[in-house]
Amino acid sequence: MVEHLQDQVRSAAHEKRALRIRGGGTKDWYGQSLGGEILDTRAHSGIVDYEPTELVITARCGTPLVEIEAALLEQRQMLAFEPPHFGAGATLGGAIASGLSGPRRASSGAVRDFVLGAKLLDGKGDVLAFGGQVMKNVAGYDVARLLAGSLGTLGLLLEVSVKVLPIAVAETTLCFAMNEPDAIRKLNEWAGQPLPVSASCWHEGVLALRLSGARAAVSDAVRLLGGEVMPDCAAFWAGLREQRHVFFGGDMPLWRLSLPSTAGALALGEQLIEWGGAQRWLRAPSDADTAQRIRAAAGAAGGHATLFRGGDKRVGVFQPLAPAIARIHARLRAGFDPAGIFNPGRMHQ
Amino acid sequence: MRRAEVARALRAVLPERCVLADPEDTRPYECDGLAAYRQLPMVVTLPDNEAQVLAILQVCRELRVPIVPRGAGTGLSGGAQPLADGVVISTARLNRILRVEPYARTAVVQPGVRNLAISEAAAPFDLYYAPDPSSQIACTIGGNVAENSGGVHCLKYGLTVHNVLRVRVCTIEGDVIELGGEALDAPGLDLLAVFIGSEGMLGIVTEVTVKLVPKPAMAQVIMASFDDVAAGGNAVASVIAAGIIPAGLEMMDRTSSRMVEPFVKAGYDLDAAAILLCEADGTALEVAEEIERMAQVLTAAGASAITVSQDEAERLRFWSGRKNAFPAAGRISPDYYCMDGTIPRKHLARVLARIEEMEGIYGLRCANVFHAGDGNMHPLILFDANQPGELQRAEDFGAAILALCVEVGGTITGEHGVGVEKIDSMCVQFGAKELEAFFTVKRAFDPGMLLNPNKAIPTLNRCAELGRMRVSGGVLPFAGLPRF
Repeated sequence: MVEHLQDQVRSAAHEKRALRIRGGGTKDWYGQSLGGEILDTRAHSGIVDYEPTELVITARCGTPLVEIEAALLEQRQMLAFEPPHFGAGATLGGAIASGLSGPRRASSGAVRDFVLGAKLLDGKGDVLAFGGQVMKNVAGYDVARLLAGSLGTLGLLLEVSVKVLPIAVAETTLCFAMNEPDAIRKLNEWAGQPLPVSASCWHEGVLALRLSGARAAVSDAVRLLGGEVMPDCAAFWAGLREQRHVFFGGDMPLWRLSLPSTAGALALGEQLIEWGGAQRWLRAPSDADTAQRIRAAAGAAGGHATLFRGGDKRVGVFQPLAPAIARIHARLRAGFDPAGIFNPGRMHQ
Repeated sequence: MRRAEVARALRAVLPERCVLADPEDTRPYECDGLAAYRQLPMVVTLPDNEAQVLAILQVCRELRVPIVPRGAGTGLSGGAQPLADGVVISTARLNRILRVEPYARTAVVQPGVRNLAISEAAAPFDLYYAPDPSSQIACTIGGNVAENSGGVHCLKYGLTVHNVLRVRVCTIEGDVIELGGEALDAPGLDLLAVFIGSEGMLGIVTEVTVKLVPKPAMAQVIMASFDDVAAGGNAVASVIAAGIIPAGLEMMDRTSSRMVEPFVKAGYDLDAAAILLCEADGTALEVAEEIERMAQVLTAAGASAITVSQDEAERLRFWSGRKNAFPAAGRISPDYYCMDGTIPRKHLARVLARIEEMEGIYGLRCANVFHAGDGNMHPLILFDANQPGELQRAEDFGAAILALCVEVGGTITGEHGVGVEKIDSMCVQFGAKELEAFFTVKRAFDPGMLLNPNKAIPTLNRCAELGRMRVSGGVLPFAGLPRF
């Protein structure tokens, strides 16, 4: 299978033909633009190695996320970055390449924090191995982590080793009636205390707070914080991760604001706040003026805005890069993918 | 003369006190923690601010002078080893804590700030900076960023890469860029992730924003004895399998515990083949719950004795031996060489047995301390540099251990970096294509290859030469480190 992929890459590189790396296609809507002939990763599938006691799983890019999560669940472990699937066929490769993390991100870390190693098929058709299957590894530059969120622009992720974590013994979700400024303030204050907060969601005057950890840690926190216990909270958080929450319905473009968690409430439109204040979803139009206003507000608050889903992508999906940083991007891409065949235009025009 | 020319150019843009060119003044910079290798730098600079860093970079760029950045010089792999024709940029004067933001749980600091100083500044707010390399009293955050430093608590709290939000960097091309940010991600490729651990080869850091985390209310540690190291290794696996992530999980072999006990009087079981330290932190109830579960698992895994620290003094005493393993080695042996390989934990017993065999082969003793939770080994090879041939034997022994780590699926360095020390071992771990890719990364930031050149990533030629040795010797390659 790898040889087959290598052949496709080599011939595309030779003919300077663009390739569009695709797993389950569940995130086709994400990113700037799609182009090129589909390079399907789904046949390169399967868990290569899973050692629960080493806290590491290695799997091929086309492995369905559900398969990985089921294997982990059997051992009471999980992908702690809670990657959103956004559809039935989501693959591990897509989850890593898109770099999207779920509700647990603020407390446990992002995709890149858990990537330990990767095999990459570069634009010359060579297979390169970076990192490894161990948690501490500083030999060579940490290219494996760089690939997380690279949207396939540096090459095709063939195989990834990911650190996994045990599922917490206890988990409870508390709800509080709270306005937006109070919710932001409380979330930041709580984050400065040794509380087992593992996710948060504020929407329309209700703050939901998930606590995960040792039994005593969770019950201590419940006593300390008060609030109302949410029944069936697993479904709530899974729905939030998959954007099935009512907030995400309808056709209005969806913006993602990544901000310092302490940023005050931004009067830009209807919002849902996650990650202790650091991720704010916004429903707002994508015309040039609005886009400019959103980007300016996000930038002024110390963050950035992404036109996450829907809307008119001509305003730019991602916040533009500083010229010196764009230059480094261009050189990296030229080095890993000299013919410029991988997902051209997916990240930046 | 080149030195005079470079010093003159630097003095034209910097105050006099920021430029050292006299060998008497530059002598303190001739080595880092890898003290066996020394080289006087051509010139040392001590910038006071970012504008001066940019000015130094401009001079070096125009005169094509290589640059070696340097923090406290505590690194163990020679990453800060100077070059005879190079300029050292010391961060010694960039040592201010700019802001501690308790509400945002961040601190903004200059690169020369010591690791421990950040936690001390955050302490009034019950916050701290989690990565705690054993050199944390002295080592700087700039050095930690360069090496992606860990410590004894990184199984639960992560490495530098997990705890740094933003770096501000002067590039060799004269730009000031910010990687990461105060938000949890930044647009584009995650350049922060690749910058951390890049051993000063991609840019000069002038500011770092670190994440601060709440101090746990309390901690308790279990000291467990095992009759053989394999049982100790299996016990570690059992703890993880039980779904516990200890705050610290460390192992020492008998050589180590006997080495440190007279020094620290920690009360270690000197008959045990291995001692495991397993820590829980959190609220009092949480710790009690976890300690109980850990004790059950360790007992079931065959621990011959279990002691739980009863108070903070006892907890610190249990740790003191582990934390003082390096100085203790220095007490019982004229010299020691600290290795830093990481292995998948399941191979621990096999690797320790092979190291024991190697003690015979190389005629040197080796004490093993081990970040057991994350598989990071620190074999301490004891030798006497004054005995002819012993340094070379220690190096060969070390290289053989690293090759063994790679053989079982691990890596040649977990947290100390490659520097000059392990550059040849990189050829064992990586092939030509990966090394080329590393140079792609290097050139993306530093097209002129002026920042800390010839460290960390070996050229293909260098590996090819070693390859020839491998064939002729029939043993794993290790050429002597470059001597200047």
